[in-house]
Amino acid sequence: MLSFHNLSIKHKLTWLGVLTSASALILACAAFVAYDVKNFYDDMVRSAATQAKIIGYNSAATILFIDPRSASETLAALSTEPDIIAAGIYTRDGKLFASYAATRSSSTAATSLPKALTLRADGHRFEKRYLELWQQIIFERKVIGTVVIQTSLDAMRVRLLQYIAIALLVLLISTLGSIAVSLWFQRRISRPILDLAATAKSVTDDKDFSVRARAESRDEIGQLVETFNEMLARIQEQNQELQQSRDELEQRVIERTAQLENANKELESFSYSVSHDLRAPLRSIDGFSQAILEDYSDKLDAEGQADLRRVRAATQRMGQLIDDMLDLSRVTRAKITREQIDLSALMRALGAELQKVEPERKIDFTVAPGLTADGDPRLLRIALENLLRNAWKFTGKHPTAKIEFGITQNNGNSAYFVRDDGAGFDMAYANKLFGAFQRLHAMTEFNGTGVGLATVQRIISRHGGRVWAEGEVEKGAIFYFTL
Amino acid sequence: MSDKVILLVEDNPDDEALTLRALKKNNIQNDVVVARDGVEALDYLFGTGNHTGRDTSVTPSVTLLDLKLPKIDGLEVLKKIRADERTKFMPVVILTSSKEEQDLINGYKLGANSYIRKPVDFSQFIEAVRQLGLYWLLLNEAAPLGSR
Repeated sequence: MLSFHNLSIKHKLTWLGVLTSASALILACAAFVAYDVKNFYDDMVRSAATQAKIIGYNSAATILFIDPRSASETLAALSTEPDIIAAGIYTRDGKLFASYAATRSSSTAATSLPKALTLRADGHRFEKRYLELWQQIIFERKVIGTVVIQTSLDAMRVRLLQYIAIALLVLLISTLGSIAVSLWFQRRISRPILDLAATAKSVTDDKDFSVRARAESRDEIGQLVETFNEMLARIQEQNQELQQSRDELEQRVIERTAQLENANKELESFSYSVSHDLRAPLRSIDGFSQAILEDYSDKLDAEGQADLRRVRAATQRMGQLIDDMLDLSRVTRAKITREQIDLSALMRALGAELQKVEPERKIDFTVAPGLTADGDPRLLRIALENLLRNAWKFTGKHPTAKIEFGITQNNGNSAYFVRDDGAGFDMAYANKLFGAFQRLHAMTEFNGTGVGLATVQRIISRHGGRVWAEGEVEKGAIFYFTL
Repeated sequence: MSDKVILLVEDNPDDEALTLRALKKNNIQNDVVVARDGVEALDYLFGTGNHTGRDTSVTPSVTLLDLKLPKIDGLEVLKKIRADERTKFMPVVILTSSKEEQDLINGYKLGANSYIRKPVDFSQFIEAVRQLGLYWLLLNEAAPLGSR
């Protein structure tokens, strides 16, 4: 009972039924017994008073004529009343005039009669074992004596005991009954709730939304069960919809992947034939141009020879364009395998290579130490090489140059940068920088096919990063990228 | 030197002419046998078809093999060359336009001795052929006949 709160509903309901019925029954029994006992007392007093009146009436003459023997005879008539254990007649001055004692337990009863009567008025009192009642004997409006009757309370006691026994029996039976009833009710009320709880638990544990709780009634519990079931049904429905859309999505992904693979394959075969078939005629043009230059130079004037040289230069340039285009598409198609790369070391190595090619260039090339990144080593090398080559190229018109590779904070993100103090560019054209075959400088000024930065952008975006640039004409350019 | 035969497998007549010119420019005067597709190349090497009756014990000192060929492509020809006892150790130089990684890998996987990409610049091509001739016809020692 201490933790009634934690008892299961089943036990709570049983306790509730038993306690309610028992307390009601105890209250009812107590009230009934109290009422009956009071009635019994009243009856006892009334009947004793009647007896006393009769005896008083019959014995008035015996007192007047001072005939105690007759008075005793009158009293002896009381033997017909088994409950009366003793009686006595007292004179006006309170002296015992005559007495009666029931044969049974007469000694105790008789001695209990008072020797002298001090009380004058009518009345009664309850002693431990008996009721004592006194009644004045009146003759011609004068009090001439008093009758005292003692009535045993044994009958009362027996009756009370019987009552208690019956009440206890009833209480026992009714408790058993109420236990049975409340068990039955409890089953009616608690079983659906327990079922519901078990179902909810199994749903939570097994994630199985197809189970249903049983609804047995149409009361609030029934509604609860029904609502719960509806909820489960809706969840199941939504789950199915989710699963369905997931399946559809998966299917779509598979389809798209297949399409993409197809497109990739087509692109591959396209660039394969570009690399094969487009270059072959170029080789012929270049080769036979040179053959003409070699074999027929005597038949060509200077202008003709210059024209042929232009043909050759254009051919080679186209060859270069094709190669760059293929490189660009290869970068787009290449599989990315990420690993930790020491960007600083890579940059220093690339710088040393460039310096070796152009040893006469005076370039102050600084690399921030310890810069690393996760990325595809081959692709990142291509990207960094393009950026550094650009910086190298566009500082070429200056006698000395400063090129820097480092890291900086941009909107809370780290961005790597390559900075130079070369030709720079007009920010108005910044958006054109990364387009394939887009060039901001004349061919005569700086050579190139215009795929370098496009390649850089593809590599960076394939790594999930971003590349952008800032520049000012003749002040230099900064290329930022994130990985 | 002239007893050594060069087998040129090339379907493009322009390339054939330019290759022959490059050989001539480099004073490589060996006999050049030209096969214009894969089948013809294999016929020559194994003495079948148009070349029935050829003494197949004489194998070319070097075979210049294009990859993109009619009928049987270059890689397939290479596979057959390496599968045959007579030509198993014959030097094969792939001479092609492609520099696709896959072609390079497959070429070497099938046992090509060298892989040269034809440059657009003819001057560079002449230089490449010069070095090629110098290496395979002069410097390189072919596998002895008994090992074939």
